[in-house]
Amino acid sequence: MSNPDDPKPGGGRDWSVVVEDGVAKTNEPVSSAVAEPEAATRRHEPHEPSREHLPERLYEPRKAVHNKRIDGPFRRFKWLVMLVTLGIYYVTPWLRWDRGPYAPDQAVLVDLANRRFYMFSIEIWPHEFYFVAGLLIMAGIGLFLVTSAVGRAWCGYACPQTVWTDLFQHVDRFVDGDRNARVRLDAAPWTWGKVMRRAFKWSIYLVIGFWTGGAWIMYFADAPTLVHDFWRGEAAPVAYITVAILTLTTVTLGGFMREQVCIYMCPWPRIQTAMLDEKSLIVTYKDWRGEPRGSVKKAQKNPGQFGDCIDCTQCVQVCPTGIDIREGPQIGCITCALCIDACDKVMKDIGRPRGLIDYATLEDCEREAAGGEPKSPLRTLMRPRTIAYFMIWAGIGGALLFALGNRSHTELTVAPDRNPPFMLLSDGSVRNSYTLKLRNMESRPREMEIAVEGLAGGVMWTDTIGRDEASSVQRVTVPADLVRQVRAYVAVPEGAESQQFTFRVTSLDAQRETDTVQTRFDAPEEE
Amino acid sequence: MANKRIDEPTGTRTVGHEWDGIEELDTPLPRWWLWTFYLTVVFAIGYVIAYPAWPMIDKATQGVLGWTSRGQLAKEMTAADQARATMREQLARTPIERLGEDSELMQQAVAGGAAAFRVNCVQCHGSGAAGSQELGYPNLNDDDWLWGGDLKAIHYTLTHGIRQPGDDETRTSQMPPFAGAFDNAQLDQLVDHVLSLSGKAESSRAGAQLYADNCVACHGASGGGNRELGAPRLNDAIWLRGSSREAIKRQILDPRMGMMPKWEGRLDPVTVKMLAAYVHSLGGGEDFIEVAKDPEVEVDEQP
Ligand code: SF4
Ligand code: SF4
Repeated sequence: MSNPDDPKPGGGRDWSVVVEDGVAKTNEPVSSAVAEPEAATRRHEPHEPSREHLPERLYEPRKAVHNKRIDGPFRRFKWLVMLVTLGIYYVTPWLRWDRGPYAPDQAVLVDLANRRFYMFSIEIWPHEFYFVAGLLIMAGIGLFLVTSAVGRAWCGYACPQTVWTDLFQHVDRFVDGDRNARVRLDAAPWTWGKVMRRAFKWSIYLVIGFWTGGAWIMYFADAPTLVHDFWRGEAAPVAYITVAILTLTTVTLGGFMREQVCIYMCPWPRIQTAMLDEKSLIVTYKDWRGEPRGSVKKAQKNPGQFGDCIDCTQCVQVCPTGIDIREGPQIGCITCALCIDACDKVMKDIGRPRGLIDYATLEDCEREAAGGEPKSPLRTLMRPRTIAYFMIWAGIGGALLFALGNRSHTELTVAPDRNPPFMLLSDGSVRNSYTLKLRNMESRPREMEIAVEGLAGGVMWTDTIGRDEASSVQRVTVPADLVRQVRAYVAVPEGAESQQFTFRVTSLDAQRETDTVQTRFDAPEEE
Repeated sequence: MANKRIDEPTGTRTVGHEWDGIEELDTPLPRWWLWTFYLTVVFAIGYVIAYPAWPMIDKATQGVLGWTSRGQLAKEMTAADQARATMREQLARTPIERLGEDSELMQQAVAGGAAAFRVNCVQCHGSGAAGSQELGYPNLNDDDWLWGGDLKAIHYTLTHGIRQPGDDETRTSQMPPFAGAFDNAQLDQLVDHVLSLSGKAESSRAGAQLYADNCVACHGASGGGNRELGAPRLNDAIWLRGSSREAIKRQILDPRMGMMPKWEGRLDPVTVKMLAAYVHSLGGGEDFIEVAKDPEVEVDEQP
């Protein structure tokens, strides 16, 4: 082992030349050890233990997480959240809502074919997409709000990945037993019994995945009809493809990848880490209280020498992402608080106060470590940052509600023909053509009146109302829940000049909704 | 210089490069990641085998599936043609004068006609069908028609063209050149009379006489024109070749007469029908009844 640069005979990479175990002996900082050649040389001295046979691995095998069952207030809260969110997800498409003869009766429906979104009494048209955009922005800011107030509560309780992972972990427990049994089974050879067990478990995974994908497509079509068609093989191919993909992803992400999604795939933890500050609630192990660790026995023998942590690793065993919270805050922690439940139970059993692992802000941790009084975590909710987020969030929500309450169900858009801009008629009058779009957002046909305003002598006829019936006001019927396109011709007697004028549409019913659009009338230049 | 070693705090191997004292840990990839990578490699190899991929000197490798973008296009075109087939069949069956009765069919015909117009007609009539006064291409949006503006008349014009040699049924008419027939004063009097028909000038007895002698046969006493002959109306606001005195004089002395290709034989009958429907829809289309009751249409008015 002389020169690290000498390749070994036979070529190839040989770790023994260059790799040494620097952990054990040198206490020098790593950087200086590398920067100084002598130090590097010294580190290759033969008496140091080497890792000559360290296998070269391209990948890190996943260490299976078999988290232990635990009960406690946070676990019960998690059950509740799971029940509510999954309940909403699976049940919603089956709710009915009567909208009259022209519209579907499904309470929540994304009708892609007709480009409508129904949500109970609300019906969103494509041009009102800002409602959806607004909701998405609210969801985003809502996440910020939650994060700055209570840390990664979204990750720990409400994120679909968490909820489904939790569900699948429960299936594991149901089929294979709790942690120890699962660890044993995992290590056991593949006997016939194990194969059967796995097949059984994975088929439950598949059923859950299938239900998840199945529920998803229900949002896009009338649920009872779709179920019927689906089983008869008559549904659209996209329905089967979607169900297949969602079944597969649910099983893969929830059944097999689990915490790896949170750690390697999800961008949100990265953003969250940047959003958390010393005033955000996170799950922390209070090392100043817990360290040094020692068993109950040791602590009894040496009073005053050990902290409260008895190193029972319950907190590690229950963690769904398989991390040890006692190593400090880390990206793998989704703040699900199961470790709090676990440790609180241990503390209760050995007669010490709860909260060795607890929700706390970093600020409070410091104060507490310095001997200050612990403070109620609820206090963290009210501070300028959370209030600011809340104001923005509520402001957008208020604006959306206002827009929703005040939107008109009658709308007009006007597109003037610009090629040619005007037309000379044989009687010397000048004609312009427009494409009008009349929108009727009610679920019944409505009569509407189109008027030409502010155009002296201007008369209008359409592609269905002849020129002999030209007048400044015309009536058309717009079918239920549709946009009717009308080609309108507007003519002004000889001597017309280019000018602005207005189209006004008025619904001829009790609502008398109206909409106006200003547009241009073009005429030839006077010679 | 590679200097691989184990990093102390993490126990992970470094990649062996160092930049200003900063080293990179050689953290192994997660297994699923590696598998995903292998899968993409397998996919890529499969793709290269299945589809055209490697550029060779004059063409790319063929791919075992035999897929080509040209073939795909052809397939899509056939599919689109098939989708349109019903409509075209229906159009072929419907006589042109009955087209207006089926608004759905009419709509489809107008859409198809618009597309055909953009390919075949915009060169002369312009993309907005406004024509050109300068060059004498009629405006198809207005309500003045040389040869008639109902569906049937438009269809006929499209089918046989205008002044097309070799088609006995083509629309044809001749305005005789009057160069040398009038002296300058007479010419001015005649132009005054023509302009007076639409109220744009004062006429004189002499002018009226000249008009009666030379022009009435085709253009009618009040200047209403004659659609049988394609003689333009002179008493309205629309002028095919301009309304200035110069333009009118030029047209009297040395008349220019437009030609239009016959589309029969060049385009299939259904397309010609669609074109007629489109031109009719531009805003000036007439129907039979209206033509019949239009007092300005003088068919055989003679003084
Ligand atoms: S559960 Fe509590 S006592 Fe047990 S190891 Fe974890 S922190 Fe220590
Ligand atoms: S460390 Fe505790 S809070 Fe964090 S993920 Fe694990 S169990 Fe949940």
